[in-house]
Amino acid sequence: MTTSIAVRETAEVLFVLARADDALIAGHRLSEWCGRGPTPEEDIALSNMGLDLLGQARSLYARAGALEGAGHDEDQFAYLRDPPQYRNLLLLELPNGDFARTIVRQFFYAAFMDLWWQAMVGSGDAGLAAIAAKAEKESAYHLRHSAEWVIRLGDGTAESHRRAQEAVDLLMPYVGEMFAGEDEASLVACGMAVDAAGLRAGWDAMVDRVLAEATLVRPGGGWSQTGGRRGRHTEHLGFLLAEMQHLPRTHPGAVW
Amino acid sequence: MSGSALSARERVAWGVVAEVVDPEIPVLTIADLGVLRSVVEMDGVMEVAITPTYSGCPAMSMIALEVQMALDAAGISGRVVTVLEPAWTTDWMSAAGRAKLLAYGVAPPGRAAGRRALFSVEAVGCPRCGSMRTECIAEFGSTSCKALWRCLACREPFDQFKCH
Repeated sequence: MTTSIAVRETAEVLFVLARADDALIAGHRLSEWCGRGPTPEEDIALSNMGLDLLGQARSLYARAGALEGAGHDEDQFAYLRDPPQYRNLLLLELPNGDFARTIVRQFFYAAFMDLWWQAMVGSGDAGLAAIAAKAEKESAYHLRHSAEWVIRLGDGTAESHRRAQEAVDLLMPYVGEMFAGEDEASLVACGMAVDAAGLRAGWDAMVDRVLAEATLVRPGGGWSQTGGRRGRHTEHLGFLLAEMQHLPRTHPGAVW
Repeated sequence: MSGSALSARERVAWGVVAEVVDPEIPVLTIADLGVLRSVVEMDGVMEVAITPTYSGCPAMSMIALEVQMALDAAGISGRVVTVLEPAWTTDWMSAAGRAKLLAYGVAPPGRAAGRRALFSVEAVGCPRCGSMRTECIAEFGSTSCKALWRCLACREPFDQFKCH
């Protein structure tokens, strides 16, 4: 087994790595639907969005590597870090569950990322701004796709409504983590990072509008699961990484 | 980008790499697409800059490989670099590229890419019969850059190059 890398964890590197990890893990979960989608069109849509996220992750890992300055590339960041080194949101590592749960999660994430990427277009970090200029168009498609499905499932049959509501109830306690940047105040102050807390109102407005149209009820209570940004994960991330990292760790440098 | 600012040697190299086609839409060259950004000679080495259409476009690694092979085949010492800034938009597709897409059976993207255009693609003409009576079946088609549509007049399904 190839040894895990030691990352020089400055605030800048962790900020970018966390968002790269978000995109990689969300994209990996979507890729698990490949060949299993409820319809061929939806199978392709989920795979396409997974591909977008993988592409965003690659660009962000490259930027993190440049900021770190230790010569680490995208493959090393993805394949040679253990779960406590991953900084992704807990929301994104949870198992897919049924189609409704995958769609509701994708909607919650896309509604956030659409705002985040739009704001990051104005980042003082030129590399991140360039990635954002491309990704913000992709996130717009992701948001529209998932929002339409939330409405269709929520305002659909009794069974699709029940499953969509269960997904909303299960996942809502995980969204607070999106708006809690860890140790990023200095990066916000210097113009590199977006103040994620400031995106909350826009996210709430979008989600409330879509849930209302979907006849779904937003659960009360403001308590939130956290830990992902500090490397404290659910047990699910380990299984995901074991599958994703198995080949490159067993056969270092393998190409095909 | 292929204007008079290029040296004679750079113009030759541009001509060589501009012939590389998109592996997923082989009627379009990377020059038609606007993926080919610049050719600059630095210390005797031609540096060819390309830019991805979508973040996750799987064709990019193959395009980079084919650009390198085209340079090698022409006996030009060169390398390929990927640039992200400024971000590619469908507005960079040439008029010739749009006409080739249409002839190939793919509806070209609308003009004025941007967030408003993303959500206002209302009228897409059928590339076969020209009817404007069409509807979107799926926003994610056979590749990242295409959506799946169908014509309500001639009943044929077709791809649309998404506005981006």
